[in-house]
Amino acid sequence: MANRYSLWSLIKNGLKHHESWQPAWKSPQPKKQYDVIIVGGGGHGLATAYYLAKEHGIKNVAVLEKGYLGGGNTARNTTIIRSNYLWDEAAHLYEHGLKLWEGLSQDLNFNVMFSQRGVMNVGHTLQDMRDIERRANANLLNGVDAVVMTPQEIKDMVPLIDISNRARYPIMGASFQPRGGVARHDAVAWGFARGASELGVDIIEQCEVTGLIIEGGRIKGVNTSRGDIMADRVGCVAAGNSSVLAKMAGLRLPLESHPLQAFVSESMKPCIDTVVMSNAVHGYVSQSDKGELVIGAGIDSYLGYGQRGSPHVIEHTAAAIIEMFPSFSRVRMNRQWGGIVDVSPDACPIISKTRIQGLYFNCGWGTGGFKATPGSGNVFAHTIAHDDPHPLNRAFSLDRFATGHLIDEHGAAAVAH
Amino acid sequence: MSGYRIHRPGERINRQKPVSFQFDNVQYKAFSGDTLASALLANGVRLIGRSFKYGRPRGIVGFGAEEPNALIQLETGAHTVPDLKATQVELYQGLLAGSTTGYPSLDFDLKGLLGKFGRFMPPGFYYKTFMEPVKAWPVYEKYIRKAAGYGHAPVLPDPESYDHLHHHIDVLVVGGGAAGLWAATLAGRAGLKTLLVDEQAEMGGWLLTERRSRIDGLSGMDWVSQRLAELASLPNVSVLPRTTAFALHDLNLVQAVELLQDHLPLTERNAALPRQRLHKIRAHQVILASGAIERPLVFGYNDVPGVMTAAAGHSYLNRYGVAVGREVLVQTQNDAAYEAALDLAQCGVKVMLADARQGGAAAWRQQALKSAGVELLLGHGIAKVLGDKSVSGAQLVKLDGRNNQVVGSGPRLSVDTVLSSGGLTSTVHLFCHNGGRPVWNQQQLSFVCPDEGRDNIACVGAITGRWELSEALGQTHAAVAALLLGHGRGSSGNAPSVASEEVAAPRAIFRLPDGKPEGHGAKAFVDYQNDVAAADIHTAIRENYRSIEHVKRYTALGFGTDQGKLSNINGFAIAAEALGKPIAEVGTTTYRPSYTPVTFGALAGPHVGETFDVRRYTAMHASHDARKAEYEVVGQWLRPWYFPKPGEDLHAAVNRECLATRNSVGVMDASTLGKIDVKGPDAREFLNRIYSNAWSKLDPGKCRYGLMLDENGMVMDDGVTACLADDHFHMTTTTGGAARVYSWLERWHQTEWPELKVRFTTTTDHWATVAVVGPDSRQVLQKLCTDIDFDKDAFKFMDGRSGTVAGLPARVFRISFSGELAYEINVDANYGRYMWEEVMKAGAAFNITPYGTETMHVLRAEKGFIIVGQDTDGSMSPNDLAMSWAVGMKKPFSFLGKRSLLRSHTAGDGRKQLVGLLPLDPKVVLAEGAQILSNTDDTVPAAMQGHVTSSYHSAFLGRSIAMAVLKDGSKREGDTVFVWAHGKSVPAQVVSSVFVDKEGVRQHA
Repeated sequence: MANRYSLWSLIKNGLKHHESWQPAWKSPQPKKQYDVIIVGGGGHGLATAYYLAKEHGIKNVAVLEKGYLGGGNTARNTTIIRSNYLWDEAAHLYEHGLKLWEGLSQDLNFNVMFSQRGVMNVGHTLQDMRDIERRANANLLNGVDAVVMTPQEIKDMVPLIDISNRARYPIMGASFQPRGGVARHDAVAWGFARGASELGVDIIEQCEVTGLIIEGGRIKGVNTSRGDIMADRVGCVAAGNSSVLAKMAGLRLPLESHPLQAFVSESMKPCIDTVVMSNAVHGYVSQSDKGELVIGAGIDSYLGYGQRGSPHVIEHTAAAIIEMFPSFSRVRMNRQWGGIVDVSPDACPIISKTRIQGLYFNCGWGTGGFKATPGSGNVFAHTIAHDDPHPLNRAFSLDRFATGHLIDEHGAAAVAH
Repeated sequence: MSGYRIHRPGERINRQKPVSFQFDNVQYKAFSGDTLASALLANGVRLIGRSFKYGRPRGIVGFGAEEPNALIQLETGAHTVPDLKATQVELYQGLLAGSTTGYPSLDFDLKGLLGKFGRFMPPGFYYKTFMEPVKAWPVYEKYIRKAAGYGHAPVLPDPESYDHLHHHIDVLVVGGGAAGLWAATLAGRAGLKTLLVDEQAEMGGWLLTERRSRIDGLSGMDWVSQRLAELASLPNVSVLPRTTAFALHDLNLVQAVELLQDHLPLTERNAALPRQRLHKIRAHQVILASGAIERPLVFGYNDVPGVMTAAAGHSYLNRYGVAVGREVLVQTQNDAAYEAALDLAQCGVKVMLADARQGGAAAWRQQALKSAGVELLLGHGIAKVLGDKSVSGAQLVKLDGRNNQVVGSGPRLSVDTVLSSGGLTSTVHLFCHNGGRPVWNQQQLSFVCPDEGRDNIACVGAITGRWELSEALGQTHAAVAALLLGHGRGSSGNAPSVASEEVAAPRAIFRLPDGKPEGHGAKAFVDYQNDVAAADIHTAIRENYRSIEHVKRYTALGFGTDQGKLSNINGFAIAAEALGKPIAEVGTTTYRPSYTPVTFGALAGPHVGETFDVRRYTAMHASHDARKAEYEVVGQWLRPWYFPKPGEDLHAAVNRECLATRNSVGVMDASTLGKIDVKGPDAREFLNRIYSNAWSKLDPGKCRYGLMLDENGMVMDDGVTACLADDHFHMTTTTGGAARVYSWLERWHQTEWPELKVRFTTTTDHWATVAVVGPDSRQVLQKLCTDIDFDKDAFKFMDGRSGTVAGLPARVFRISFSGELAYEINVDANYGRYMWEEVMKAGAAFNITPYGTETMHVLRAEKGFIIVGQDTDGSMSPNDLAMSWAVGMKKPFSFLGKRSLLRSHTAGDGRKQLVGLLPLDPKVVLAEGAQILSNTDDTVPAAMQGHVTSSYHSAFLGRSIAMAVLKDGSKREGDTVFVWAHGKSVPAQVVSSVFVDKEGVRQHA
């Protein structure tokens, strides 16, 4: 890599007043024709392009982004990464992603600050504990690390958590995935963009797809705000806006787009060293390397494309955090925001061919897309390259809604983050 | 020691009320009315913190919400608060505060040593290193985390409380400066219900600092007093000081937080009152009068303690009687900073003023300064500030008049303080929270709110870029008068009269040049809190982080707890220069709530502890307490789990309760089951659609078990519904599902089938329900009730009757969740406990035994009855549960889930189905949640066949039993499977899930 990052490159460039850094990714003018067009320059789209070039040798690829790279949910999530999903298909897919995370910084030569500080899901009722046991056992048999913890073990790991009976919903135990954790979300998009660009992928920002060019049931290209761009294969990775793209092809996707909100506290000294999630009280929290508590909520009930939600959801989430961490009551919220999550009926993604030859969709990640970024791009690249799903995403095809072969993650985790 | 007290007429401190306080364990004295910042400055304290990345010494820069540096830890123990801005902390007697950065000490900081290598830490340096060796990252990260962060999170529960208050009003005015006060006055006079909020303890805004203007012939603060007196006299107007409107949501819902007691010493706080209150204000009209904040100029080492904004230096002088230095250099590109220089000079401070403009300010201002002895350096800019932990001087350069270039060297001045003014930045945050976009005003050099505002949001005063008081009040008057006229509120009279003054245009300069290429000279900070220098923005853009959002995210510009109030426009301008684009094209980043940080406690309000969620008790709870029940949380309810006798554990109690119920009679509180009254001519049709089974032929006096499916055809709830009359049904749901089912019914009725004449009333709390269960239950009922015939053939299984039980009107249903002869008695909930005790008395002769949810679970599992949510998980169809009998595929109208049930996979083989399991060792109780394997030697990843949903020791059968879902389970009776949990597997045989009384003789007895 011409522009390799290292301590040495920092020193060398520092001595040159940082005037010699090369662009992290190039911004060429779009060509008329590509082998593959990826619509959507978020983490998943950029990862798809990267793996197309790296693993499948398809380098004549354009990523079209209507705004700036990583400006959608890549930039708006709470950065949690885990693979402890209940169902076999989901566990294998997310575990594939987790394994890619484990070498991603080195693979990309871009430190995405993947931090395996563990993810803990706490339970508050007897039924929560049954579900935790069920999931942990399923994880272990699927080769996913899982530990079931007692309240005291939780307290030892997270000293500020309240395990007493003072709580309205006292904590009865938890499942813990040690290999789970968090990463620096923006860096993931930039790292994939840089890696893809280095391999020859054209990254085109400020280029909105306004129509799909379809002839005789085959995709031929896309209309964009910067002119028509042709390709025989088009992969759409547009999260909350997937339904809008699908409509351009006359397809209806079983997706609902909801606002999902999050907020951060002011930056504080380290006080919580892992990710703590509770589906029962609707809140989850981790602390970023910068020292902010990063807190997430459940989705807003109403559908919409506005990247903001209802204040009562944030208020409830603050209450949920205080329920688990009473001392955080005096901590202050610095900033709140929202994203749009595209939720499928079974809370699992759609990674699929369509009835339009050469048109592929990767969407429906709902609240859990960030953790899958490398895995999603990896299997989607395979699907596009071979015009056939990777074994790991075969079960995530669109036809499952017609056959009823769902992968219902709603069941075990009402909110699957 | 540079700051000192100086008497100022009109100062806002009370010299009659001295207070003492501590900062970093040193005792200081100040006055009531001071902020912590003004008090520290008055005591000559400059070094307040260390910077985030380089550990550079930092001092106070601002005087309010914009402060980036002075983040302190307030108080200790349970009352501690991290990261407060010293500029926003009102001083009180005995206040304890400390710095939040600096290791091992604020004075000597290790990060400060590392920061000397700052040239090797460009933006994004984390992304470029710490990658090798792979295993070292957790170690690097540990130190990165330790080095980050300001204050400490509290570790003790919060001893104070918070509350919420809702407002539904005509007009909300945000900001109590001149514009806001006048807007509120006009709205108030027009009779509109008006609320005025301001974040400060005192109304007045910039008039608290600026002392020269006269409004309607009055001094600024006299005019403020007149306004406040008038507003106080209007019954339709409320004024809330110390209240920050921090978020504006769709349809004019504004959240504002009021600090009720933070300004009081801990010992004087009233424990009965909240610390803070969250106001949720729904206003027909919002008037934003949130003013503007002065931004600094960007120049070399502009972060040395002793460099602050001119507005801050001015405010400390006039509001708090604190001169921030003895020899002060004021650097400006506009007229307003001349006022600060003048006031300082008139107080005897030695002042020099450097103006980036060749021509300087309006002539009258220059004359006034010269008269006061201020040395003027026109066409000059600061190249760099001298000094380390405190300003010792400044090196100036001569500037070109047009291009922002250096044309010659300037003097090196010996000063102890530098004030800089880069012009004002409108406080547009709230306007933008719900989608509004600010517009760039090239004359005023700020993003401002458009004059026309937005639907029901008006913008008045400096927020629209009107910096001069006369213009601000004129525009306020015109805008509000037009609004009121639009509401039919007539004339608003005249605008307040303020003399207008000649002003020279500001210079469009943000980064003062030092004659060197960017990155070669002294670091010039744009965002103090995140240590973002001008060169960093250039580097980011060089690396193709060209969107302003990328610049922000890559450099952390504007990400701090000040949310970039000082840095945004400077950052946008420097980015614009690097990109070669106009600022208007670069645009802004997104403004998000909250305007200033808000306590979690205030957001949560009263919804903490016991009131986090309602806790629901049944009407006979006191009876259960008296019988020493142990409880289980089920949804919001607290239900008896079991009733241990002395010395009994859960298992002993449950064994006893189960046997008593099967052998004689048991009694259970079933009140928590959801109950919904369904009534109307189309009630029956509605049930046909919402349930999978048929309801057309259920006669009054009969009950039927129903399955509710979701759109996917999967079981979502179940329960028995009784037909009371042809158009009237008593529906029951699961305990946890009651609310969900109720809204499900309403959703389908309101959105899909509004033509059906039916209505729903939730009656869960109206009825107390006592289940009397067991062979002797008939006799117990007969003792309590004479007007119902309990004869086996007169009152059959699944019949319902109305009658009088224990003297109370009651609905009695002969239904059973245990497989026993059983009755459920429903009475008015107010008599629940009485009924329970009457049943206990009547049953005494039969050794009636109260039981809880655990025994209920065992009894139903012995019969293979499912619990939705335990044996199902949203992926089980009726067929999977062997309950196809409860699906009326032939019903004339489709029912919810019907189409889904016909899909190939849902209707096909290979699905997981409900079965019973008998462990080969009858003493082994299988783990609930254990996974099922076909072979013991399966390797990971293993082919999981299903899992154990329910598992118990059955005292009645004298062995363990379990329910499970198993792939193709209905075809696998007799197979041996292996039940795996945490590495251990146990063999079990697949059997029917009905373990007791397969023929149903007992419940029909």
